[in-house]
Amino acid sequence: MQKNFNIVILGVGGQGLMTLLKILSEAAFSAGLDVKTSELHGLSQRGGSVSVYIRFGEKVWSPLVPQGQANLIIALEQQEALNGLYFANPETVFLVNQYETPTMAQTASQAEVETELKKMSQQVCFLPASELCQKQLASEVVSGVYLLGYALNNDYLPLKKESVIEAIKKTMPEKYWELNLKALELK
Amino acid sequence: MNEDSQKTILLGNEAIVQGALAAGAQFVATYPGTPASEIGNEFAKIAKNNDQLYFEFSTNEKLAIEAVIGASFSGLKCLCAMKNFGLNVASDSLLPFLYTGSKGPTVLVVADDPSCHSSAQSEENSRGFAQLAHIPILEPSDSQECLDFIKLGFEISEKFSLPVMVRLTTRVAHQRSTVELGKFTPRSDPRAAEFTPNKHQFVTMPPRVLEMHQELLDKIERVREFAEKSEINQLSGANNKIGIIVSGVGYLHAMEALQTLGLDLPILKLGFFYPLPEQKIKDFIKPLQKVLIVEELDPYLEKEITALAKEANPELKIFGKAVLPEVGELKPEQVIRALAVLVGAKLPVELANFKTIKHNPRFCTTPVCPYWKVFAALKKAAPEGTIFGGDIGCYMIAGFAPMQVYDYMFCMGSSIGIGHGIAKAVAGKQKVITFMGDGTFFHSGMPALLNAVYNQSNILAIIVDNRITAMTGHQLNPGMGENAEAGTVAEVKIEEIVRSLGVKAENLKVIDPVDDFNGLVSAIQEFYNKNEVSVIIARRVCALLEKINAKKL
Repeated sequence: MQKNFNIVILGVGGQGLMTLLKILSEAAFSAGLDVKTSELHGLSQRGGSVSVYIRFGEKVWSPLVPQGQANLIIALEQQEALNGLYFANPETVFLVNQYETPTMAQTASQAEVETELKKMSQQVCFLPASELCQKQLASEVVSGVYLLGYALNNDYLPLKKESVIEAIKKTMPEKYWELNLKALELK
Repeated sequence: MNEDSQKTILLGNEAIVQGALAAGAQFVATYPGTPASEIGNEFAKIAKNNDQLYFEFSTNEKLAIEAVIGASFSGLKCLCAMKNFGLNVASDSLLPFLYTGSKGPTVLVVADDPSCHSSAQSEENSRGFAQLAHIPILEPSDSQECLDFIKLGFEISEKFSLPVMVRLTTRVAHQRSTVELGKFTPRSDPRAAEFTPNKHQFVTMPPRVLEMHQELLDKIERVREFAEKSEINQLSGANNKIGIIVSGVGYLHAMEALQTLGLDLPILKLGFFYPLPEQKIKDFIKPLQKVLIVEELDPYLEKEITALAKEANPELKIFGKAVLPEVGELKPEQVIRALAVLVGAKLPVELANFKTIKHNPRFCTTPVCPYWKVFAALKKAAPEGTIFGGDIGCYMIAGFAPMQVYDYMFCMGSSIGIGHGIAKAVAGKQKVITFMGDGTFFHSGMPALLNAVYNQSNILAIIVDNRITAMTGHQLNPGMGENAEAGTVAEVKIEEIVRSLGVKAENLKVIDPVDDFNGLVSAIQEFYNKNEVSVIIARRVCALLEKINAKKL
């Protein structure tokens, strides 16, 4: 049996993690796959560390990604990528937004984060998603969608771009389509 | 949604709503609390301008269940939803409701939050209410079961005239998974509801109340017979000497574990938590040598099964909390490891001790939350040594680093009640300042303030009124002049309630913390020295709500 594809998305509350889950789950569902997500609402959405999960494949049981089983880890905040290590293995791809929200206790620089991640996997991409989206589209909040586009273009995500586009249209009001589709195609 | 197959993807809470609609629910009441909040939000959207379905955000969970009890007594099909702590509040009315039983079928949805992702207070396991209230409890594991178990809950309630509880956890309520939508039962007209007096059933006075107790126990035994045959207590897998008994989301982790380890073992999935199908469990464990019990938090099933095994299979080795944690939610890798212990499989040692990072929740910055100003004023005005009492709402974020304002924090409405106790105990030596939001004040702050006034406390209660129940996702409350059904209603003014509860006019101020920051600072300084209960209402609309409203214009 084909193994499930497991994604962990990390960030801080308010970065649009739930929107990404919705897009991905609709895209996988429309591809005829079994899908499960696990998301967090409430207190976790107020700027704190959030990790959410989506798994798709022939048959998905647990809504949580088991330790070491992530295929793709998307960190919308670069320090949060460290929290993805628990789910990673040497084959895991890390896509990390070079965007930093200060933490109160210890902080980690990009270099430190990179060193830690590379102890686990060599497939670590730091991308200026927030900066790029702000500069080109005047909207930071679509940086997650930009990272989805990046994952699709580089074959890190086994879904068709068309189904992701359809999913964006299905899960969002029409007035946001253009912005998100531009973010998806941004180079 | 794919129209042909009626298959779609739903959040567990959305599936709950679809299940209730499919079953023909007519009357729904809730108080928002994560992870149950989306249930009310969905109903609020559906119920507006829909005369087949009544919906309200009640002002607390006890009032939500009381509204539902009244509607059930009047013959309507009812649903009530809340988070675990809400059930504590509602329990005073829930217990007698089991004695009277329901007339219109009634389902109660309760969402627990193992690991406290969105909860302070305690890691409460609402399954404990099974023994306390004798309420039948069903535990779904995914969105499909959320829908199916709600429908089944209504059937059971109708059949046995008892309210039925459907217990969720965060990983079920906030799980998105595929759902096949069923047929919809046409709703009967709720306007045809009538309360037919039946003192024998609805009045819980002694000595009748003892008869009712016996009737309840008899009913539960009949529900148990039903549970013995119910297909939601589901058996699967190949014969083996090692078996698994699971409930709730634990089922999904257990199946994951079987798949990961390449095993095919007998598994009994209990959809019923209460009453348990005891005979079915005995039959299941009889041929086994070892059984793994996968349940989150307290070992309720483990204890019951241990007792059943004494009769059915005294040699059985039972593995539960010895191999799985009792604190925190279950994770699939924990179940994989536990199962590996049972079957003697060797697993690669997983690396541990990764460097991790923690972002604490904070008040919104874009747009800027008005609470920043409230706590800035506090820092300026309150002398060292002041005791700060916290409560449940967005302002609880001030309890996280770096602010760490609160000296105590419990449950909804308790900041004033506990603050009063401290004030009386320390008798003027230390000052207590409490923080409570508008929603929490309406929920359970009012009786606490009355008690503090009546018993001559001297606390300063700051009511942070951001004009909505914000933390759980912007639900309506009485301070807004709006409800879910009618739209515009009379606005309830907190300052008028505060005055009516006995707080003197000179001990009460309403201040906008953003426009009149200095006024707030000097009011805190002035009230600090009062020997009576004083109240500052820091009123400023939630910045997120303001932004949303501006977009609507």
